[in-house]
Amino acid sequence: MNEFWNEVGGVLSAAAKALPWIVAYVALILLLLALWRGARRLFGRGPQDAMRRTVTFGDAGAVRASPLASVLSIAAIFLLWAAFTGSVLVPSWLRAPGPFVGDGRLAYTAEAPDGARDEATVTVAVRPEGETPDIASGTPGEGFAKDDAVLIRAGRATLVKVQDNDEVTAADGARIVAVDGTAMEPGGPGLDLGWGRVNVTARGTLNVAPDPGWRMEPLWLPPPESVARRLVEIAQGGYRDASLWEHLGYSLFRVVTGFLLGAIVGIPLGYAMGLSGWFRGWFDPIVEFMRPVPPLALIPLVIIWAGIGETGKIVLLFLASLWIMAIAARSGVSGVRLSKVHAAYSLGASRAQVLWHVIVPNSLPDVFTGARVAMGVCWGTVVAAELVAANQGAGMMIMAASKFQQTDIVIMGIVLIGVIGLAIDLLMRWGERTLVPWKGRA
Amino acid sequence: MTHLVIDGLSMRFRPPGGGTVEALRDINLSLERGELLSILGPSGCGKTTLLNIVAGFLAPSEGRVALDGREVRGPGAERGMVFQQGALFEWMSVRDNVGFGPRMKGMRARERAGVVDHLLETVGLGGFGDKAVYELSGGMQQRVALARCLANDPEVILMDEPLGALDALTREKMQGLVLKLWQETGKTIVLITHSVEEALLLGARLVVMAPRPGRVFRDERLPFAAMGAGQDLRAVKRDPDFALRREEILSMIWDMEEEIMGRAPNGAVPA
Repeated sequence: MNEFWNEVGGVLSAAAKALPWIVAYVALILLLLALWRGARRLFGRGPQDAMRRTVTFGDAGAVRASPLASVLSIAAIFLLWAAFTGSVLVPSWLRAPGPFVGDGRLAYTAEAPDGARDEATVTVAVRPEGETPDIASGTPGEGFAKDDAVLIRAGRATLVKVQDNDEVTAADGARIVAVDGTAMEPGGPGLDLGWGRVNVTARGTLNVAPDPGWRMEPLWLPPPESVARRLVEIAQGGYRDASLWEHLGYSLFRVVTGFLLGAIVGIPLGYAMGLSGWFRGWFDPIVEFMRPVPPLALIPLVIIWAGIGETGKIVLLFLASLWIMAIAARSGVSGVRLSKVHAAYSLGASRAQVLWHVIVPNSLPDVFTGARVAMGVCWGTVVAAELVAANQGAGMMIMAASKFQQTDIVIMGIVLIGVIGLAIDLLMRWGERTLVPWKGRA
Repeated sequence: MTHLVIDGLSMRFRPPGGGTVEALRDINLSLERGELLSILGPSGCGKTTLLNIVAGFLAPSEGRVALDGREVRGPGAERGMVFQQGALFEWMSVRDNVGFGPRMKGMRARERAGVVDHLLETVGLGGFGDKAVYELSGGMQQRVALARCLANDPEVILMDEPLGALDALTREKMQGLVLKLWQETGKTIVLITHSVEEALLLGARLVVMAPRPGRVFRDERLPFAAMGAGQDLRAVKRDPDFALRREEILSMIWDMEEEIMGRAPNGAVPA
């Protein structure tokens, strides 16, 4: 129970840490809005609506996505990304300050068990990963505490065992009592050195943390250009024995096959449920039970049954789309206006003709809505299934990269997955407009 | 020989809540070929139920409906139906909607095109054949519905408040169209309406129904449809006799409503 409350505390403190950033982001949005309004007023175009409506607040029809806001939003994302990763794509004054790199210096005072004190200097060379300067110290200095020279990686807090070369070491009972003349307590508060911070740990060691700056490390978030570089590199050379197109193609193939199988079975199933009380009664419990089960929860079972090959994934996607398509087709059939069916019968149509010429076309808008949802779910499910086990695929790419901490590949994969998901949805919407232009206009 | 016979028709429902609703009681009507009958009545008098039984969508509890001696047992192409609204097929063009009946019968496309074009001209929609139905106004959609029904060349045309959802001006124009079609095609037409004026205008014969249970309250012949088919509808409406009849029927329906309300168990007088 205690552990639970600790976790809750952790979540709340993470939220509290994020709060200033969220506030800053909202402030940026509001600032740009104010600027835009001001600019419009300046150029004589008041906040008037194109249809000359005076009531726009609360009128859903008057709300149109502002293209300018969308452009600024995307630009802001890239700017923030570039600025906080120190990207070369933005001018240097826009980059967030990086971690301290250079030479620092601090002096510590050690106290021997007999009460004698001595001061020694530590020269700290702070360098980025990969740089190894010559850090041999000169003369060790006078007294029992000897001078040190250490190398610390930029942005990394490091324990520095300055007493190891002293004549009276920590093992002999000597303690560090001050840094740069300021008294220090083990486990006590730290001291600002100007180029970083230092504190004495509970066990008496110096912990030196050079200023980490404001930038994200590439491990957490690589700059845009390195993601782009990865994209080019993988597009040309492939990743893990398969080209980028094979990875993406495998994912798409799985989605399309699974979705089509689900539609081929699900749509007639939905029609049967919509047209016959017996079928509705038979399948309602199954469909209503399976619908709320997220397809991701079926992954382990599918792997046990069908293995990690293509069959398993396609079975999974088939199951993901089957219920959605069945329910969509069922509601499409149930939604047919009785007067249309009556009209068809009194125009001499047979049952089969009513089905083919009235019920099926009438259900198409619902079927298309279902297909859009199913494609979205399938795309999400395939990525998740590939994260679990696959030899190719967009999800496998980012999972494998994460194991090697290749964050740039992970981000590239996420962007590609997002772009493809969006493209699929746009394609479905286009198909909807072309094939069921009467949707929502009955 | 009588054309359409409604003989001893009664209809009782058992709604899911329990009890029995007597929607129609002992309806007897017979129509000659080419008759124009309008059925008028307050809401809940069972006029739509009656029409649905004639169309074959509902089976009566007692009695029978026969067309030319054949008993009605289900919907059929010889009894065309025009609905109030929303019964057109949005996924088909105007032309395909009108040609639906002939197509179901297997008429060849070329032959069908002739029928459809002729009917579109007749209802005043020449040139609109390739439009989508949702692009048309409500009045134009009802013109399509009329043409679609006529394309099948039915013996009887049943109209369930076909002009009910139209605005007053469109409605007046459409009333003229219905009369014109009646006169030109000589079809037997049964039209349901809750507008007294429309019932007088579009009924060579008028049946007024009373509610609870639905029954025929009055059955009479009227001259106005014949007048209207020949001349301006507005002139008919200005006719003093027309105004007199309208007032008479209106007060009859008012009395009917008051009688029903008076019988209401709580005795409340509605506004």
